[in-house]
Parts: sequence; C-alpha cells; structure tokens
Amino acid sequence: MSNIIELKNVNKWFDKFQVLKEINLEVKPKEKIVVCGPSGSGKSTLIRCINRLEEHQEGTIVVDGSEISENTKNIEKIRAEVGMVFQQFNLFPHLSILDNCTLALIWVKKLPKKKAEELAMENLKGVQIDDQALKFPGQLSGGQQQRAAIARALCMEPKIMLFDEPTSALDPEMIKEVLDVMVDLAKGGMTMIVVTHEMGFAKEVADNMIFMDEGRIVERAKTNDFFENPKSDRTKLFLSQIL
Amino acid sequence: MYLNLLKPNKKNLSAYLVLGISLLSFGFIDIFSNTFLKFNITGFFPGLVTYFSPMLLGAFGLHFIRIEYSGNKTLDAINKNLNSSNFNAILSLIVIFIIIKYLPLLLNWAFFDANFLGSSKEDCTGNGACWVFVKVWFNRFMYGMYPDAEQWRINFSFLILLSSIGSIFVLPNKFKKYIILFLLFIFPIISLNLISGGLFGLKLIKTGAWGGLSLTFIVSAFALIFCFPIGVFLALGRRSNLPAIKYSSIGFIELWRGVPLITVLFMSAVMFPMFLPDGTYMDKLMRVIIAITLFEAAYMAEVVRGGLQALPRGQYDAAKSLGMGYWRMHFLIILPQALKLVIPGIANTFLALVKDTPLIFVVGLLELAGMIGLAKTNPEWLGMAAEGYVFAAFVFWIICFAMSRYSLNLERKLSTER
Repeated sequence: MSNIIELKNVNKWFDKFQVLKEINLEVKPKEKIVVCGPSGSGKSTLIRCINRLEEHQEGTIVVDGSEISENTKNIEKIRAEVGMVFQQFNLFPHLSILDNCTLALIWVKKLPKKKAEELAMENLKGVQIDDQALKFPGQLSGGQQQRAAIARALCMEPKIMLFDEPTSALDPEMIKEVLDVMVDLAKGGMTMIVVTHEMGFAKEVADNMIFMDEGRIVERAKTNDFFENPKSDRTKLFLSQIL
Repeated sequence: MYLNLLKPNKKNLSAYLVLGISLLSFGFIDIFSNTFLKFNITGFFPGLVTYFSPMLLGAFGLHFIRIEYSGNKTLDAINKNLNSSNFNAILSLIVIFIIIKYLPLLLNWAFFDANFLGSSKEDCTGNGACWVFVKVWFNRFMYGMYPDAEQWRINFSFLILLSSIGSIFVLPNKFKKYIILFLLFIFPIISLNLISGGLFGLKLIKTGAWGGLSLTFIVSAFALIFCFPIGVFLALGRRSNLPAIKYSSIGFIELWRGVPLITVLFMSAVMFPMFLPDGTYMDKLMRVIIAITLFEAAYMAEVVRGGLQALPRGQYDAAKSLGMGYWRMHFLIILPQALKLVIPGIANTFLALVKDTPLIFVVGLLELAGMIGLAKTNPEWLGMAAEGYVFAAFVFWIICFAMSRYSLNLERKLSTER
C-alpha cells in the first residue's frame, strides 16, 4: 500500500536553533503511530509540520499525494483533510459546542446548515456529549472540551488525525474518557499520529512507536519490540523513567 | 471606667459610640451652620483650626466608632464602606463635606433661583441661571440655520432612526439582521437625501445651513459607521505578513495619530481643495466627515490590534487546522473574539469621536457647541456663556452616558463565560 504521509530529510530551524534534524517518516493508511520523547525533542513541531502550522525549511513532506511547501496553493484543502487535536483544546469560546462543530462544515465544506448540524450531532454522539451541544466551551469540563474538540475535527471527515498531547492538560480523572474516545477511533480504522506520554494507550493501539530526542527520530519500532527490547540507550533511559 | 482613646474596643461599645457619634454630629452641625446659617460655631478657635474644625471633629468621631465586629449591622456597614481607616475616614468626610457645601449652590443656580419664563434677557431677574436663553435659542441649537419650514425632514429622519433602533430590541432575532443592514446601508442614504433635499421636489438646503445638535448627530453617525470597518482593516493590515500592506498601514496609523484633529480639519477644508482637479468640488461637510473618520479610524485600529494580540495562538491554529483561509479565520474566529475583548476601548474611541465634533467650528460648521458659541455673542444675549455651555455639557453627557451604558450592556450580553 502506498504511503499517506511521507517525510524525507526534513529539517527545521527556529532562528538558529535546529528543532527537526533529518526526519524521515512514512505512514501507511490506517496506521497508528505514537510519538514519544522528552519535552523539547520536537514531537509537537513534527506533527505541526504535517499540516503546515509550522513551516519546514528543508526536505519534502507529502500528504495524501500533495507536497506541502510554501508554493502549495491549496494548503487549506489539505488541512481540511487532516484533523488536529490540541493540548489546550482550542475550542472557539464565543461559539456553542454545536457551532464549533458546524462552522467549518458550513463555511469551508459549504454544507447546508441542516446537514451540517446533523453531521455534528452524529459526531458529538460518538464522543458522548450530544447532550452538551448547546453549551459554550467555558461551561464544560476539560475532558468534555477535549472530546468536543475531537468531534469538531472528526466532523470534517479527515483521512488523518493528528493528536498533540491531547491529555496533558487534563485532570487525571478525565484522561480516561478522552483516551476511550481515541481508542474507539483507532479501532474504527483512522490513520492516527499521536504525541502522548500515555504508554498504556500506546501499547493498546499503536502499530509503531517513534522515540524522538533533540530533534531526531532516535528509534522507530513495532510497538511490542519498542517496549520489550528497545535498542538505543536513550530510549531505555526514557522508558525506565516513564514506566 | 477607663476608656482607651487610641484603640476603641467592643467592651465599652456604648461609651465609644456616645463619644464618637456626638463628635461626629458636632462636626456636621458645624458645617451645616457654616454653610446655611452663615454662623461659625467654632469661631473662637484660632484661624486654621476653625476652618478645619468640622473635619477634625468628624475624623475623631469616626475614629471612636471604628470598632470591628461590633455586632451592630449598620455600624459595621459604615465602618466597612466609609471608615475602614483614618485615611479613608478623612476621604469620606471630604467627599461628604464638598457635597454639603457645593451641591446646594449648584441646585440654587440651576433650579431654585433660575429663570425659566420670558423671552428676553431682561426677563431674567433672579440670581440663578437664565434658562430663557436656552429656551429662546432652542430651535437654533437643535437645527442650526436649517429653515424652520423644512425641519420636519430632520425630525422625520431622526424618527426613522429611533424607531428602527427601538425595533431591534423588540423584534425577534430573525429580523434584527435586516434592520441592522438597513441602518448601515440604506438609512444613511435616505436620511442624507431627505435632509439635503434637491430630489423629489424637496427644496435643496446647502450643508452650510446645517447645524446644531442635528449636525452633531450627522457627523458622529457617519464617522462612527465608517471609522469602525476602516479601523478593523488597518489593524489587520498592521499585522499582515505582506510588507507593502503592513508598512502602509503603520504609516497611515502613525501619521493620523500624530496630528491634532484641529489641524486635520483645517487641512481638510483649506488645503485639500487645492489638490483636487479644477472644476471638481467636494462638499465641506463631506470633507470634514472624511477627515474625522480617518482620524478616528487610526485610533480604532490600535484598539482592535490590542484585542487581536490578546488572543491565544491556539485559536489561529485551530481555525487553520479546520481548513479556514485568512479571511474566514479572521471573520469567523478571530475578530468576533478580539472585538468582544475591546468593547470598552471601542466605546472609548466612539465617545471621544462624539465629543470631538465641536471642533468642526474651525471650518465654519456649527454643531451644538458651535451654535451656543455663536448665540452667546449675540448683543442681546451677552453674558449667557455659562447657561449655554452647561446645557451643551448636559446634552453631550446624556448622549455619551447612553453610549457607555449600551457598551456595558453589550459586553454582558456577549459574555460566554460561566
């Protein structure tokens, strides 16, 4: 099967500081990849480059057949096919949960309002907060907000979902409800790249694990191999601290 | 019984209360007799002490009744709100004494000794204000030199404005949109044509004759409507990644913010026509409105930019990740939040704009304050400046207070916090 995401020799600098070094990554459709590593290792930057929230300076990134570069005219079209979930939820606080979900459907996908609302309610039901649809984000708990954010991304019917530390800003009690939603999503066959420290989740759903440190991909392995017998010393050290 | 005069306590509550309240009452009796009976009870003290005696008596009195958790609700409330420390007690007394001393003077001047009846300056025989002046000139203050027979045109426009604003509050949400669109796009055209005339057999009335409060409204309304969108675009322009747009926005904003409005108005009337091609003519009022609009737009731009900068980057990220381009992201996500944040700043700019309109006198246009300035120099009404300007201040205050209330109301309504 051909790759849905392909990164070749990607380099990125913030001013003089190199955050991504010679990144090579291929993702097959329906593959689930969990990215882990210490903070500042470039995990978030890596997945933010995939929908060009960050610009890379060298190398090529190809998403679903289109190369992403500064010349890309239809970057909005590509972004609409790549859903993203953020650490801080980033719901739109001035809109109700339902409007958060329908806004892009109506204005980007040009669906009629009624159809957009049906689709949104369906997705909200999928994450079990359809009863909160008319509330504003500020009225919901962190876990509910993050599930709403997932539903908002799913409404666009993306081919790929990117998760940027989706549970890091949550109270311990609420982490599970969000992870459950993500597990369901994984079982449904979505292509996912997840940056997370939740190793239990990684073991359950990931096909492949990636370990990053100082801007490099240090180790990439099948999930079992990664946890059972990691190759590099850096990975061993990291795993010994986190598990 | 021994009383600690430095630290009043709850044990001897009644003794402290008697002492404190009697001192406080002496202070008030002193200031009342000073003010209304022209009799100084404490006249036997040396000079400065006499002058400050109500303050000293009051401050000591308040000191003695400052007993925490006395159990008496009224006393606790007074101590908490007016008398929490010696310094605050003195501040409270100063405010109360100023009101006692000067409010009656003001009321006497404005109402009790004032003259309301009559039709000329000679009818004003009392000591107070001569409101006859305002009454006689009222029509000019409202309509300027606009001919009496045609004033219904201004009234009618104003009536349309009021009723459409009123209907926004009454009608269901479905129609609000249309009324706002009507107010923004159709109403200005209708009212402008109605007031200036020249169409449908209406008599043409040159803008030079426009004036008074109606001119205040016309100038403010047009400047308000146009300076807002221009300001928003300038704010976006200043944050743009495109150097040409960015630097021209910065240049525009800094140029207009750096120049006094009065020079802008002067230039719009005197210098601007020199740059127009021969034979073209642009109405003076129109030039003035454009000048004020651009001037206030520069301020508006900086207010809006403040709101744009306050938004977390995550909002941009989320909008982009849903596939929104620049315009959709700004109009659907960024601006609704940023503008809500800066409602107080926008209201500030709008109020400043309304209060800046009197400056159009430099080009010979006389709105409310300008008409009063003209009327007070009329030989038959010399010496009426105070009445005129108090009236102007009152009218401006009503307008500005209403706007300020509306902005607070809007803030509350748009709030989506818990």
